[in-house]
Amino acid sequence: MSNNNILLSIQDLTISYGNIKAVKGISFEVNEGEIVTLIGANGAGKSSTLRGISGLVSYRGVISFRGQDLKSISADKIVAKGIAQVPEGRGIFGNLTVLENLKLATWSRKDKQEIRKDYQRVFDIFPRLSERQGQLGGTLSGGEQQMLAVGRALMSRGTMMLLDEPSMGLAPVLVREIFSVLKEINQSGTTILLVEQNANMALQVASRGYVLETGVISHTGTGHELLGDPRVKEAYLGG
Amino acid sequence: MTYLLQQVLNALQLGSIYALIALGYTMVYGILTMINFAHGDLFMVGAFFCFLAATFLHLPFVPTLLIAMIGVALLGVLIERFAYKPLRQAPRVSAIITALGVGIFLENFTLVFAPYPQHVPTLIKNTTWVVGGVSISSLQLIIIALSLVLMAFLDFIVRKTMVGMAMRAISWDKAIVPLMGIPLNLVISATFALGTSLGGAAGVMYALAFPVIDPYMGILIGWKAFIAAVVGGIGNIRGAMIGGFILGGVEILVAAFLPSTYRDFVAFTLLLVLLIFRPYGILGKPRPQKV
Repeated sequence: MSNNNILLSIQDLTISYGNIKAVKGISFEVNEGEIVTLIGANGAGKSSTLRGISGLVSYRGVISFRGQDLKSISADKIVAKGIAQVPEGRGIFGNLTVLENLKLATWSRKDKQEIRKDYQRVFDIFPRLSERQGQLGGTLSGGEQQMLAVGRALMSRGTMMLLDEPSMGLAPVLVREIFSVLKEINQSGTTILLVEQNANMALQVASRGYVLETGVISHTGTGHELLGDPRVKEAYLGG
Repeated sequence: MTYLLQQVLNALQLGSIYALIALGYTMVYGILTMINFAHGDLFMVGAFFCFLAATFLHLPFVPTLLIAMIGVALLGVLIERFAYKPLRQAPRVSAIITALGVGIFLENFTLVFAPYPQHVPTLIKNTTWVVGGVSISSLQLIIIALSLVLMAFLDFIVRKTMVGMAMRAISWDKAIVPLMGIPLNLVISATFALGTSLGGAAGVMYALAFPVIDPYMGILIGWKAFIAAVVGGIGNIRGAMIGGFILGGVEILVAAFLPSTYRDFVAFTLLLVLLIFRPYGILGKPRPQKV
């Protein structure tokens, strides 16, 4: 493990909303090229952790990306550093077309030719989006919106992608499709931090996983180990 | 018939001024869901910038217009930064009361320097042509044409440019916008700059058409333009344009055929009736529930 390149490191992260502590001093890291998953029930602090990394909420502790402390960097600059987030509930702009949604994510990029290639890449991965380029985001189905959300994250060309429950509200067949795309994206060089309630799916694709319980990490291991762990099984995999 | 055509022309002139002001209300509402009640007073400040540039700097029309638009835009951006931004997480009513306070401040600040109504010099040589019995003045044509150009420009920015896309994205879901790598505050500032500069331009045109100005001139016109924005569908840019022209049209036509003291009464009754049937305004849509 020691020869791995740590891309994202979280040390003693604490996030509070008023008097409520959502995340209580967790530490973990994500190495370059990995898929790491944070699993846990509702309210375990998974989304808060992602929001902290993206700079959307204030926190105590240290989050560093490629060795650089992110604390004083604003959310929009963090995207430019290479961290793209697919937010909970997809966060599609329903009043913008599919193409406009994708285009917005290139705000901080200047490389016109590369951007053009990335549109092509997104449309190759999700042909459905190509067919619906001119359609408003709000008229897409849940699965298509999730594809668009992932496509948007690709357009900002992060070296790291954070995903907040991409399986939420999707039919099993679509969940499988999204997860196989995530694996492809990972294989082409994007490091992934995946937050999921669907522990089974997440652990199957993940290199490593962390189990969050009410703001603290209770178990950790490789995806395979956690899938086989009786405690994890009982709590998150339906026995 | 000639009389009617004449009134239509007058309605277009008044309507384009209402439309320009209404755009400022609707843009700010679109991105921040707050009503910038100081906007009518920014329109007044635009008229005073026009007065200052023309009287003391002896500038011709175009530089005067630019000074007023840029001056009001800067003022609008500063007001947002220092008065509204600290209240972004506060209840909406706090922001609205603050906006009313900013408006009162602007009126009284201007009052210190202009305790009496001021006369704006003529910047556009007023030629009048008579076409088929309808008299058309050069000023009228310039006001209508310039307003249309400014509106087309705004429409282009909002629909076709990256900044405009970001504005529309903010109006849908402000929280997601930073995740696209977009600096939220910059886009909000740009929206204020654009919206208020149109109000400043309207102030200049109004001051040229009705050349006696005073610090309270923005109150009633501001309210009317706000109502025009609501009638068009608040938050909707094309709606604000349509609402402005409808209000201008209704006001002029009422004054043309009824005693002019009935003007506001009849005009606003009609608009209220319209809102009963279209409560979200002409182009406004009830916001779909997000799941």
